[in-house]
This record gives sequence, C-alpha cells and structure tokens, in this order.
Amino acid sequence: MQLHRLTKTIALGLIAGLSFSAHAHNAWLLPNATMVDSKKEAWVSLDAGISNQLFEFNHAALRLDNLMVTDPDGNTTKAEGAVLGKFRSTLDLRLPKDGTYRLAIVNNNVMGSYKLNGETKRFRGAQGTPGAEIPAGATDVQTTQVQTRLETFVSANKMNETALKPTGSGLELVPVTHPTDLRVGEPIKFRFQIDGKPAANLAFSVTPGTAKYRGSSGEQRLTTDAKGEVTFTVPAANMYWLNTSFPGGERGAPGQAQQPAPAKRYTYAATFEVLPQ
Amino acid sequence: MKLSHSLALTLPLASSWAAAADLSVKFELPRLNVAEYHKPYVALWVEKSDQAVAANLAVLYDLKMKNKEGEKWLKDLRSWWRKAGRDATMPIDGVSGATRAPGTHTMKFDGAKTGLDKLPAGDYTLVVEASRESGGREVVKVPFTWTGKGKVEATASGKDELGAIALQIQ
Repeated sequence: MQLHRLTKTIALGLIAGLSFSAHAHNAWLLPNATMVDSKKEAWVSLDAGISNQLFEFNHAALRLDNLMVTDPDGNTTKAEGAVLGKFRSTLDLRLPKDGTYRLAIVNNNVMGSYKLNGETKRFRGAQGTPGAEIPAGATDVQTTQVQTRLETFVSANKMNETALKPTGSGLELVPVTHPTDLRVGEPIKFRFQIDGKPAANLAFSVTPGTAKYRGSSGEQRLTTDAKGEVTFTVPAANMYWLNTSFPGGERGAPGQAQQPAPAKRYTYAATFEVLPQ
Repeated sequence: MKLSHSLALTLPLASSWAAAADLSVKFELPRLNVAEYHKPYVALWVEKSDQAVAANLAVLYDLKMKNKEGEKWLKDLRSWWRKAGRDATMPIDGVSGATRAPGTHTMKFDGAKTGLDKLPAGDYTLVVEASRESGGREVVKVPFTWTGKGKVEATASGKDELGAIALQIQ
C-alpha cells in the first residue's frame, strides 16, 4: 500500500477498516484499563494505532484529533493533549467524575468517483468539506457515504449508564451487559442498531489480542438475532476488539471482487476488556 | 542459516535417497469464517533431526505485488523467517510461488532440484507454516524417516490455520 495514500488517510482521520489495498489495516483504541479504582485521582491511558496485527504497535499511529469523551453525566467534550508518535498516539485522560465514560471517534466521510474532462477522478473527504465536493460538470458520479465509529469505555470507581446511551445515528452498539464489567465465562449481551433501528442478522467478529504469543487468531464470528441482540462468552481473559460493518458480507470472499459500491456504509469497532474470574 | 540461491548442499554421498525420489505434500487450507479473509502465506521445508533446514520446498506469498511489497509480510512466517527466510533473497527459483485459496493442494518436489536426493538416510521433519493477514499463524510438523529407499507416507494435522497434511516420498 502506497505511503502517500496512508498518510492522506490518517490526515483525514479515517478509520482504516475500509480495505483500499490487498493488505488492509485496522484501527483500534487500547485503554490500559477499563475499570479504574482510585480514591485520589482516576486516570486512564489510551493508546491508538493502525496495524494488521491487533493491538500491536508496528505500523502507524491513529490520530486522536477528534476523540470525543462523554462523561458519566452525558456531557461530551473533545479530548485534549494526545501525543502523536510513530506507531501510536497516546492520551492520558483524567477521569474527574465517578462513573462510566465513552471515548469515541466518529467520522462521516464521502468517497467515490466521477468523470471530468475525460478523466476518472476518485475522491474521499469528510462530509461537508471541500474534499467531499463534486465539481460542476462531473458525470458518472458514484458516491458512498461512510459513517464510522471507533470507541471504548472506561469506568472510574463505579459504573453507570448515561454515557452508554446511543445517539440514534449510524451503526451503534448498545451494551446490555455493562461494558466495563465483563468477565470470562459470564454471558455478554449486546444490542446493535442502525440509525436507531435494531440491526437484525448482523454479522460481527470478536477477536482477542496477543495473537503474536498465542498463534491462533481466536476470532469468533457471531450474528445478532431478529431483534439485533446477541449473547456470547469469550474463553479467555484479554482485551478484545469487536468489529462489524453494514452492509456486511465477508471481505475477501471469492467472487466478491466487483460489487457495486453501496450508497451508504457503516463500520463499527470497539475495544472491550474481559477480566478473569 | 545462510541460504544460497542455488540451494546446493554439500553433504557426503553416503546412503542417500535414490536420485528418482520425489517428495509430494498434500495440504489443506481451511475456509475460515472471519470478517476479512486473505489467502495465507505458506512455507514448506524439511528439517534434519537437529532442526537445521535440509531443504526449502516452497514459499507461497503475494509475489506479484508492485515494488515487491508482498515480501514485507514474509517475516510473519516466523519460523521459516528465522530458519531460512531472513537471509534469503526473494524470489527463490523453484521455491517461490503464489498464495493458494482455501482447499486441498498437492505440491510435488523434484528430488534433484530441491537437493533432497543428496540427503543421507535418517530422521527428518516436514514443516508447514501458514500465516494469515489479520488472522493467526500455525506450524505443523510431520516427522518421517528415510531409510535410503522405498516409499514413505506420513501425516499430521493443524488445528485452525492448517488442516490435514500428508507427505509421500516415492
């Protein structure tokens, strides 16, 4: 994959769940803990990277320029103070209130192609910006709107549910089981919705980190039921990355090469911590 | 271990396997139900009883990528990389090949071309390693004994990234 394209992609803050080369990379957030018990000052340290080995910092940093923090009262502010490194961004975030926080990067991008003066041009940009505009006189316009959400959750001293409320826009996960209270062997119940409506029969993956030391990827492929709900367990304690997209379908499936681009596409990914009993 | 381009091994011509002995490997790449499937990189090689490489058989990777970009991920075949790949210049004539789709594949290796026909009788291991992008990595070892002549058959199986592996020498 060409370096200049990757740099441009990072600059736009795009989630690299979109495969634009034969070797795709995924973006992920990695908090050092999801439950912080501290009577004095509660802090969480968040790493963010892009790689094709889950949670391995070996490829590119994910920018945290538009990381939004929703606090236990539901107030959302932009995170400040992230440090951009070569292979990861890092942010040490103070958690002043007790309760559950949501840390999320949401992007609405438009991508596609058009013909102008005999040339086919491709474009990609954030919705509402000049990069996403199609010039006058363009023909054969094909666009796909891509809404992406990448998030994780952290609780300080206690758990609450205010920051877990969905916005009703895009592909979202509504945790029924509290996302910072997950344990090996205990059923985890999640609900998915798209623009506020249940995402029935949605395929998603849950993958543990540390494949480098384990060998097997451990990826679990699951599907929501008709109500958009699913209950599952994981076999071992670890940090897990959950990812899904809609319209879905497995990427890389044979015969899938030239599908027409959908008008709208959603991707969702989140990091959860599952502790031992 | 330094791997020269010609792969010629200078070994004593003691009771080696017959010049006509060819080795064939049948291996299964399982079709996995994952979010994003990429055909795995696969390496096949033969080790001596001391785990040194006796012969490099095949390395299947994205060899057609522009600017040899596919070579970047050869190091994810960690065992092969450590034993033969790190010091090798790719592509290796007669060894490099394209990735294969899920299914069962049979590859045949000429005794003379691979240098197998010069190896002495003894205990060996066929090693098959598969590494899948955004996926896992698995190594399967198939031990076998070569007496100097006759037919050899041996099998083993992987658990996730590799299925059944069958070796045959005749």
